[in-house]
Amino acid sequence: MSVFIDQSTRLVVQGITGRDGSFHAKQMISYDTKVVAGVTPGKGGQLFEGVVPVFNTVAAAVAETQANTAVIYVPAAVAASAIFEAADAGIGLIVCITEGIPVLDMTRVLPFVNERGARLVGPNCPGLISPGKSKVGIIPGNICKPGNIGVVSRSGTLTYEIIHQLSTHGFGQSTCVGIGGDPLIGTNFIHCLSAFAADPETAAIVMIGEIGGTDEQQAAEFVQRSVTKPVVGFIAGQTAPPGRRMGHAGAIISGSSGTAAEKIAALERAGIGVMKRPADVGPLLKERL
Amino acid sequence: MNLHEYQARDILRRHGIPVPPGEVATTPAEARAIVERLGGKVVVKAQVHAGGRGKAGGVKLAKNAGEAEAHAKAILGMTIKGLTVHKVLIAPAAEIASESYVGIIVDRASQRPVLMVSSAGGIDIEEVAAKTPEKIHRLAVDPRYGLLPHQALGLGFALYPDIAQARAAADIMQKLYAVVYAVGASLAEINPLVTTPPPDGKVQALDAKISIDDNELERRPEIAALRDVSAEAPEEVAAREAGLTFIKLDGYVGCCVNGAGLAMATMDLVKYYGGEPANFLDIGGSSNPQKVVAALRIMTADPRVRVILFNIFGGITRGDDVANGIVQATRELSLKVPIVIRLTGTNEREAMEILTKAGLSALTDMDEAVKQAVALAKGKAA
Repeated sequence: MSVFIDQSTRLVVQGITGRDGSFHAKQMISYDTKVVAGVTPGKGGQLFEGVVPVFNTVAAAVAETQANTAVIYVPAAVAASAIFEAADAGIGLIVCITEGIPVLDMTRVLPFVNERGARLVGPNCPGLISPGKSKVGIIPGNICKPGNIGVVSRSGTLTYEIIHQLSTHGFGQSTCVGIGGDPLIGTNFIHCLSAFAADPETAAIVMIGEIGGTDEQQAAEFVQRSVTKPVVGFIAGQTAPPGRRMGHAGAIISGSSGTAAEKIAALERAGIGVMKRPADVGPLLKERL
Repeated sequence: MNLHEYQARDILRRHGIPVPPGEVATTPAEARAIVERLGGKVVVKAQVHAGGRGKAGGVKLAKNAGEAEAHAKAILGMTIKGLTVHKVLIAPAAEIASESYVGIIVDRASQRPVLMVSSAGGIDIEEVAAKTPEKIHRLAVDPRYGLLPHQALGLGFALYPDIAQARAAADIMQKLYAVVYAVGASLAEINPLVTTPPPDGKVQALDAKISIDDNELERRPEIAALRDVSAEAPEEVAAREAGLTFIKLDGYVGCCVNGAGLAMATMDLVKYYGGEPANFLDIGGSSNPQKVVAALRIMTADPRVRVILFNIFGGITRGDDVANGIVQATRELSLKVPIVIRLTGTNEREAMEILTKAGLSALTDMDEAVKQAVALAKGKAA
C-alpha cells in the first residue's frame, strides 16, 4: 500500500499544454502514472502527445474520464482559480505545484476545498510519489525506490536530498509527500503522519521541517500521542538569520516558537530521532527499526 | 515588501481611517518649510524599514521650525540597523489621552486573517504580549464573511468603555480589514491607535505599518510602485532584480543553492563542519545561466567571502544550465576565490562534461563538498 496515490490514481493535469505542465506530464506518463486527461481552456478536443485528451474545463474532464486526482501547473495569477475549479468538479485530491499564490487568495481557497471534502496538497510543493506506482508532481522518479519508509517534507530539493540518501542506504519509500513551504497549505504534517501511521506498508516515517510557524511542534505532539511507528526528523535553518520582523503582530502571534532550536527540542521531547545532517537519515533509521 | 510609515498612513487615509496630518521631507530646508506651514510643535520621524526607530534616535520632538530643521539634519543620513535614512515624516505633535494597538496578520495556524487589539498599545506591545497575553484580544476572521459589525464593536469595547469611541474604533478595524484585502497586505498594524484628550476624545491612527505579500505585486502595479529601492540593502536589491533570494550573513563561505530548504540545510552543514556561511542564496527552480552569473557577482562583491560553494540538486533546475552559468561567470568575473561545486540530479552527466571541458570539477556528495569548501576557506585564512 501507500498513501494518497497509487495505481487507482486517475490524473487530470491542469495546464497540460504549458511549458512546465507539458514537460512534467510527459515525465509522469513515462513513470506509468495514469494520466487520463489534461485541461487548457480553449484547447479542448486536442490530444496531448497523441494520447491524452485535452478538455476546456475540469468538470468536462471528470465527466469523460472519471479523473479522481488533479495536478496544477498553471501560472500563479490563475492558480487559486484552478484549485477552486478542481474542487468544484468533485476532484478528491488536488495537488498544486504552482509557486507564488498570494496568501490572501489561499484564505478563501482553503475553506472552499474543505467544505467539499477534497484534500489539497500544496501549493508551492513538489507533489507526491508512491515509488513504482504513481507520481503526481515533479519529484524525480529516478532517485526513488519502492519500500516501506514514508516521507513528509515542507521542502523541495531538500526532500530530493533525503530521498536520495534513503535510496542509497537501501531504504525504499512507500510514499513521499512534499506539503509545500507556503504559510497557508492544505495537507499538513499531521495529516500525512496519521495516513502513514494507518498504512500497513509503511514501517517508519521521515519528517523534514524548517524554520517558521509551529506545524512541526504540533506534529511532534501528535507523534507522541498517536504514532507508534519510528519517526526520524530533520529541521533546516539552524543557521538562518532571525526572520524579517513582520511588525509587532508577527512576534505577538508566534513569540519565539518558529526557530530551529525550538522545533528540534519539540521533536526530541516527542521521542523523534533528530538528524544533525541529511546524511544521518540512513544510520538513524537503522538504529530505530 | 515593507511600506514606509508615510505610505501606510496615506493608504489608511484613503480608506477613510482618521489619520493626523503629516508631510515628508528629504532635506532639512523642506522640513523647516513644512513646520512653518503646519505651525506648532511637531515630531520628526525617520522613514526607514526598521523597528526601534525611537530608541535609535530617529524620532525627535521639535518646538519650532528651527528645531525641526536641526533634527531633520541629524536624522537624514543617519543609519538605523544598517539602513540609511533618506526621508523624514513631519507630523504635528498630538496630545494623547490613551494608546492602543490594532493589528491584522494572516495566521498560519488558523489559516485566517487574525485581528489583534490591546488597550496597552505603544512601543512595548511585544512585551505586553509576552508577559500579559490576556491583555491582547484576538479574533480569527472568517474571510467568507469578513469582519462582522458586532465582532468589531465587541473588540471596540475591549479598547474603550465609551460607546462613541468603541464605535469609532470598530469602524477603523473594519476599514483596516478592508485595507488588507485591497492592497494585498500580509500585515497591517496601527500602533498606537490614540484618543485625544477630552472633551474631543477623537480616535486616530498615529502610526501605521503595512507589509505587502510579494506575491501580490504583479497584479497590483500601483502598490509595487511604492517600493523604495534606496531604503533596501543594495545586494538584496540586485538579487531580487536577478530573480534570486539573497540574505547576507556574517560568515565567509558563500553558498549558492537551488531551493530554500536545501539552501538552509547547506548553511547548517557548513556550520556543522566548523565553517560560517556568508549568505543564504536560493537560485530558485529556473535554470537560466544568467542567474548563476548574477549570483556569483553578488557573492564575490563581499571581500569576506573566501570560497564559493555550489550545491545543486537538479529537479526542475537542470544541471547543465547551472554548469554553463558557472563557466560563463568564471570567464566574465575573474574570480579570486576558489569554487567548490556539488551537482547531482537532472542532466548531471552533461553538466560534468561542461565543467570538465572548462577545467572545473564537481562532486556529487553534499557532505564531501561542504567539507572541502570549509577546508579551503580555513586554509586561506591561516
